[in-house]
Amino acid sequence: MSARADLLLELADDELILGWRDSEWTGIAPFLEEDVAFSSIAQNEIGHARALYELAAAELGTTADELAFDRAPDEYRCAPLVELRRLEWARTIARHWLYETADAIRLEALKGCDDIELAGLAAKIDREELYHRMHAEMWVDRLLGSDEGRAKLDEALVELWPYALGVLDDDLRPELVRRVEDRLGRTMPAAEPVRRGDHVAELRELLEEMTSVRRSAPGAEW
Amino acid sequence: MVTADAVWRTLEEIPDPEIPVISLVDLGVVKRVDVSDEGVRVEFTPTFMGCPALDAMTRAIRERVEALGAPCEVLVVNDDSWSTDRISAVGREKLRAAGFAPPPLRSEGTPSLVQLERGPFRCPWCGSTETRLENIFGPTACRSIRYCTSCSQPFEQFKTI
Repeated sequence: MSARADLLLELADDELILGWRDSEWTGIAPFLEEDVAFSSIAQNEIGHARALYELAAAELGTTADELAFDRAPDEYRCAPLVELRRLEWARTIARHWLYETADAIRLEALKGCDDIELAGLAAKIDREELYHRMHAEMWVDRLLGSDEGRAKLDEALVELWPYALGVLDDDLRPELVRRVEDRLGRTMPAAEPVRRGDHVAELRELLEEMTSVRRSAPGAEW
Repeated sequence: MVTADAVWRTLEEIPDPEIPVISLVDLGVVKRVDVSDEGVRVEFTPTFMGCPALDAMTRAIRERVEALGAPCEVLVVNDDSWSTDRISAVGREKLRAAGFAPPPLRSEGTPSLVQLERGPFRCPWCGSTETRLENIFGPTACRSIRYCTSCSQPFEQFKTI
């Protein structure tokens, strides 16, 4: 597989799996506004995944659906950060903010790349991600605004930090450390990144559920 | 033979499936129309990429253009050419009249949380700018929810993208 197809699958898998995890809040978020927000974010992320899979599929001679649903669990290239099961609220916000911060760095790099198709798609995606970042920043502000919120967010950020470091490659990772530390006004602990390629056990369960309808009627046209 | 003008006129009659007051042409999502001996090719850019109306729009374009008597291929282009600035002046007015506040132009500033929380967003019902942000997200990906403190009505605000 080309480096380009590999990169497209990394990006698409991140967005698809995180979109799925975000959608787990639909109907049960702590309050209605967040039910709407996480459902909407999930819809956007899955839309991004679809477009990224389509680019990869054109290169690999397959379809977006086959890439999204028909691969073996080990073939997924998502970062373990997005695989973690729906978490309690502070961890949900911590993951959301860490992912969006990392994703922004990655999109900035892609927007400037020589691959016109990928750069254009990254720019289109980024127009929507801007609103995800605003939402994440709003929540970080809110949690930092009380002692209880700050303590919970801090604990969640430290716990998820090694996973966040695994979203970006060695070139871009230092920028994530810089942005996170600047925003929080603290030093993050040195940690070994939980890298792409390893999967947490929860991914297999997610894929089992996500592909169940498709597997129930192989070859069906939806 | 079908002309490009006839295709554009037909596209002007296709409503957005989720906001039927506005046509696909008003929305600015039709990028290009090419007519050749082989048929018609329409390039189309989605608004928000996860928009569930995408397939319905693609199908509607193909069916309506083919009804003119030429085969039609619809190509979905995911590049950066669409922004809410491409919604026509007529389209913006139609949105407002239907109770959807049109998106501020990008020239008025890059969208930011500060802008959403403090900026002068106008209520489509009473025209007041005494409105507040209720939710960055709304019933569809393209809209936020605001509340007008002058006429005590919630309303849907198109996001600037």
